[in-house]
Amino acid sequence: MTVAIRPISRALFQRERAMGLLFALLGLAIIALFGPSAGPEQEATFVLNFGQAGKTTPIPDLVLPVQEAIYLLGLLALFLAGFQLVRGFKATNLILGAIIFLSILAFLIWATRGKSFNLTGMLGHMLLRGAPIALGALSGIWCERSAVINIAIEGMMLSGAFTSVVVASITRNLYLGLLAAVLTGGVLAAWLAVLAIRFKVDQIVAGVVINIFAAGATSFLTARVLVENPALNDSGTFRPIAIPLLSRIPVIGPIFFETNIIIYSMLFLVVVTHIILFYTRWGLRSRAVGEHPLAADTLGINVFRTRYINVIIGGMIAGLGGTYFTLGSAGRFDELMTAGKGFIGLAAMIFGKWNPFGGFASSLIFGFADSLQVKLGILGGNIPYTTEPLPSEILLMAPYLATMIVLAGVVGRAIPPAADGKPYEKQ
Amino acid sequence: MSEGQPGKRLRRILDQSQQVAKETVLGIGGLREALLVPFLAILTALIISGLFIVISDPVVVSAYANFLQNPGYAFSVTWTTISSAYGALFRGSIGDPREIYRALVTFLQAGDAAPLRLALYPISESLTTSVPYIFAGLAVALGFRCGLFNIGAEGQILIGGLASVWVGYNITGFPWFIHLPLALVVGALAGALWSAIAGYLKARTGAHEVINTIMMNYLAFRLSDLLLTDPRLMGRPTGTPMTPQILPTAYLPRLLGSPLRFHAGFFMALGAAALVYWFLWKTTLGFEIRTVGANPDAARYAGMNIARNFVLAMGLSGTLAGLAGANEVLGITHFVGGGFSPGYGFDSIALALLGKSHPLGVVLAAFLFGTLRAGASKMQLMGIPIDIIQILQAMIIMFIAAPALVRLIYRLKVEREVTEVVFTRGWGG
Amino acid sequence: MPPVLELHGISKAFPGVLANDHIDFTLEEGEIHALLGENGAGKTTLMNILYGLYTPDEGEIFIQGRKAEIHRPSDAIAQGIGMVHQHFMLIPVFTVTENVMLGVESTRWGVFLKREEAAKRVRQISEQYGLKVDPSAYVQDIPVGVQQRVEIIKILYRKAEILILDEPTAVLTPQEVAELFVIMRSLAAQGKSIIFITHKLKEVMAIADRITVLRDGRVVGTTKPQETSLSELASKMVGREVILTVDKKPPKLGEVVLEVKDLKVRDDRGDLAVKGVSFDVRAGEILGVAGVQGNGQTELVEALTGLRAVEGGEVHILGTETTHATPRKILEEGVAHVPEDRQRDGLVLSYPLLDNLVLNTYYLPPFADSIIIRERAIIAAAKERVGRFDIRTPSIFVLTSTLSGGNQQKVIVAREFSRPVRLVIAAQPTRGLDVGSIEYIHERLVEKRDEGTAILLVSPELDEILTLADRVAVMYEGEIVAILPAEEATPEELGLLMAGAKRLPETLVAQPVEKEPVSEV
Repeated sequence: MTVAIRPISRALFQRERAMGLLFALLGLAIIALFGPSAGPEQEATFVLNFGQAGKTTPIPDLVLPVQEAIYLLGLLALFLAGFQLVRGFKATNLILGAIIFLSILAFLIWATRGKSFNLTGMLGHMLLRGAPIALGALSGIWCERSAVINIAIEGMMLSGAFTSVVVASITRNLYLGLLAAVLTGGVLAAWLAVLAIRFKVDQIVAGVVINIFAAGATSFLTARVLVENPALNDSGTFRPIAIPLLSRIPVIGPIFFETNIIIYSMLFLVVVTHIILFYTRWGLRSRAVGEHPLAADTLGINVFRTRYINVIIGGMIAGLGGTYFTLGSAGRFDELMTAGKGFIGLAAMIFGKWNPFGGFASSLIFGFADSLQVKLGILGGNIPYTTEPLPSEILLMAPYLATMIVLAGVVGRAIPPAADGKPYEKQ
Repeated sequence: MSEGQPGKRLRRILDQSQQVAKETVLGIGGLREALLVPFLAILTALIISGLFIVISDPVVVSAYANFLQNPGYAFSVTWTTISSAYGALFRGSIGDPREIYRALVTFLQAGDAAPLRLALYPISESLTTSVPYIFAGLAVALGFRCGLFNIGAEGQILIGGLASVWVGYNITGFPWFIHLPLALVVGALAGALWSAIAGYLKARTGAHEVINTIMMNYLAFRLSDLLLTDPRLMGRPTGTPMTPQILPTAYLPRLLGSPLRFHAGFFMALGAAALVYWFLWKTTLGFEIRTVGANPDAARYAGMNIARNFVLAMGLSGTLAGLAGANEVLGITHFVGGGFSPGYGFDSIALALLGKSHPLGVVLAAFLFGTLRAGASKMQLMGIPIDIIQILQAMIIMFIAAPALVRLIYRLKVEREVTEVVFTRGWGG
Repeated sequence: MPPVLELHGISKAFPGVLANDHIDFTLEEGEIHALLGENGAGKTTLMNILYGLYTPDEGEIFIQGRKAEIHRPSDAIAQGIGMVHQHFMLIPVFTVTENVMLGVESTRWGVFLKREEAAKRVRQISEQYGLKVDPSAYVQDIPVGVQQRVEIIKILYRKAEILILDEPTAVLTPQEVAELFVIMRSLAAQGKSIIFITHKLKEVMAIADRITVLRDGRVVGTTKPQETSLSELASKMVGREVILTVDKKPPKLGEVVLEVKDLKVRDDRGDLAVKGVSFDVRAGEILGVAGVQGNGQTELVEALTGLRAVEGGEVHILGTETTHATPRKILEEGVAHVPEDRQRDGLVLSYPLLDNLVLNTYYLPPFADSIIIRERAIIAAAKERVGRFDIRTPSIFVLTSTLSGGNQQKVIVAREFSRPVRLVIAAQPTRGLDVGSIEYIHERLVEKRDEGTAILLVSPELDEILTLADRVAVMYEGEIVAILPAEEATPEELGLLMAGAKRLPETLVAQPVEKEPVSEV
């Protein structure tokens, strides 16, 4: 619906201006908030070794002078802002992402002043926290590329998490738990598909139904069954698997090649999704169904079947995403433990322009924001210019605020598959 | 038309009633569609929820483990489990008929109202619980009318509650006829603001309000955590995450005497429903909102300002949601603590859909949901978690949104193809 | 030799209408057979049945003498039938090659796409039949005429022997139509059989070997061009004597109502769609804007009515500047807009009729009193308008979606023409309507013009422009390449202008003058 966006040329111009101002604001914020309160001689030490000692090639720590670094970053942001205001960038999203990155970098350096901080560890943590979001984004991509909006990723994740724990606890086999989660996601997706495709229920309403049901059913069964039978709620977690040789590469090694199977699956799925979407017959047909289902229909492609299959695959990926919370970290199920990650995945999908690699990159950004609030608990730190400790709740809000900012800056420009959200009517 | 005068008048009355009928809950398909399908929807939802109750009950499960030896026992245990569960639901929401009768007799004979009040407690609770549902349901319905999906009612209720509680315990020295309205107004405005942000973002940037309102919800929860845990902000000195109690001058008066919690907010809610009806169908602003919801392109063509209507609709929606929160605080709890709103905002989505986004339908659906929730509290005493309501709701929404499903299950014949309401228009790209 | 295609007794009913009524139709090999009928006659339904998009209630299809079971498009494709639809079935974000190979992709191991192989075959077909395309271009970047060639390549790629072309000339300039006819003759000469669906009489006479006329779902007759005439075909199409002209008195001109100076407007993609257009319209005249759809007319109308931002230039209505005014302000200046897409922009289909009759005036007295709606006034006005504009409906409370296309358009006209208006902007006002409704709308437009209203008529239908306009402006690629008085606006001249082959310098732009009565065909 372009209604809110027309008149477009004025809006385009205003958006560029607004972006430029936003960049400038961030640059100034960097300088003002973080620069002065750092002592002039302070240094930030970033430890770059991670993982088991001896397994990775050790490299020296990175030591940065705090004030200089912060001012440099702030100036860089201001420069980009100036450029945006005067000339304007083509890929404004990218620059926005870059400046947000600079801000976060500055914040980190400031927070680490006088202390030492494990940077690689945090980057690894970023990948970890971004993984469920990436899986959510992938799930969304599979569904939406065929023009079915999947608001129920959250519910599918939650249900996947639940069944993975219960099955893994009963069978004492984590892989069976994984399989159960994937199947659960698939079943819920099939339900969504039937409602949206066969009964032509509004896709968002159908998604909300599944979300409410998933929340209710999992909480109900947790309170009713799992509380009485804690043995059913104790699955254990996946141990990280180190890939030989690759995991010894400094910095990259411990992050990408020494992690658990869920993360490996996510990385694998990002690549595979990209290949399937753009290099295979199935991908071409699915995208056609998403852009112009009538045209695809006239060429003999079964629109309904294509949508069903893609939505179910999307659901299975979402179910896998749910295992991150249980088999991948907590080893147990708690009510509503997904805490909105599924929705953030949708935002990542939009920010990534419905492309797998774009969605992956966006989820890393969200994962970053997410891991920040955990790591900052360790760093402590006060609100700038005060002696007040930063309340953790503010940091907890960060991912959600980030999502809103991203959506506001991006959605008008990002073009979804043309038939997104519209049920297909056969004559 | 060459009819006589009485014929013409009759035609006019029929036309007008046809118009009214189309506006209210009926829609296409007539009376049967309007009443039978929702009834069957609720019935089926109850059955499915009953299944959940049964399969999670260890007694029933073990009975079925021995099914071949003793099928009768398995069936009877199933029946008793479900019937006692729903019996509790009934007693918790409506009450025990015999007890009511006895209490009525006592009242008439001895003039003693206390047992009557006790007996009527369930009904009173049902009606009282329906108050936030009416407000929240109207909020979501109003959004739907403008084509907006306000999932943020939950957060708006919370914000409205927090704002009004603040006025309730912070503002001192005013009589009730100033303090109470002030608290209500502030709660309403807070909710309006919280919701208008998402409306504004949608109007300006096209960002879908589903995600933004969900994000605003999470922000509201975190904000509330922050405010409640800090004694310097809104928490208690002891550090427990609760606000102080509001002053009695801000109470919404309870109308039927202790222990009945039925309060004046009930009539406020009904008034709000009437107001919403008048607004949507009798004013130009309401006409615009409905048109933007029905066909935004035509609305633009007709000169309507889409952005302004989005913000207005979301703002009004948030006002109603804020009032829901304010009512709960000022009428029932008198403070805000953890778990302040047990999902009223999310339930109200189902409500609005069930009530076909029409004030009358919303009020009726709110009574239903209030009844269910009041009853579910009783079910909790039997070990049935309150989440059963969510399952019930999901089923109800689904069956209402896909009446073809109900017709399929019960082999109902279709008179005419009914087009389902579609809210989605993609991500606003 | 049996005919290459034979349809026998085909019937198809939709709720409320019998679209095809026991239709018999044959197609010989190598012939171009035109299927002629007005909008709603059942032509597209029949072809959709042939192509497997619909299933007939009755009747049979024979291909090369053998009975054919066609239940879905893939069956039709397998039988050698290909269809180029009226609205292109192309995916804008895919390349030409991807669009062509969709559904019959060349693959490695049945999974991975072999784009190069497909592109080679596209080039092959392109050369064999004279259909010039760039296989690697994105469809959203190529012009409409080229898109049509892609559609034809699509069906040739699938080895179609029977080609169905559904209203292919709707989006083409006269020159492009001529090119298309050359391609069609070439295809027919190489053994392909073509069914050509249209409602345009002249085209049919120019290209068809045989003509079958459909009316109200029935075959009215099959002839050859040599054995019939335009007026005979027209009568067969409509079922009565058709007067192909409108009685029009010479215009009585007044002041300048609409003044457009160097207007620049961007389209949805950010490119300039209107590149500096200037013209004016006086009271009492009809200025027709001719041009193939997609040359900026849509954006021009949207800019004039406030629905699209103006990049540069000025617009004045009766002296007041409205360049950046909101749609409401423009409405209040006395402008009526009959939109191009009546169902999307002009009406709320889910509303009852009477709400649509006040869709843009609901807030003005007597319909409203500050913010309160006065229903009785609306009901009274609605009743009056339904009568005055001959809107066929059982009551003013029925849902607008139940009305026919013609009646829906009458609702819009009733609404717009009941206000005191000084300027009417009508964009494709008779698109998709039956002849009766077309006549009605034309009469109302001329009536308004005689009352002293200025009318801007934008239409891709040359005949409509020639019938109604007092002056004709031609738009090509976002510019006005000429403004001519009606008598100088011959189809040939306009055709050249519409194709960009010619343009008239400023000095030759006509001024409106009094002239003798004009009759056009």
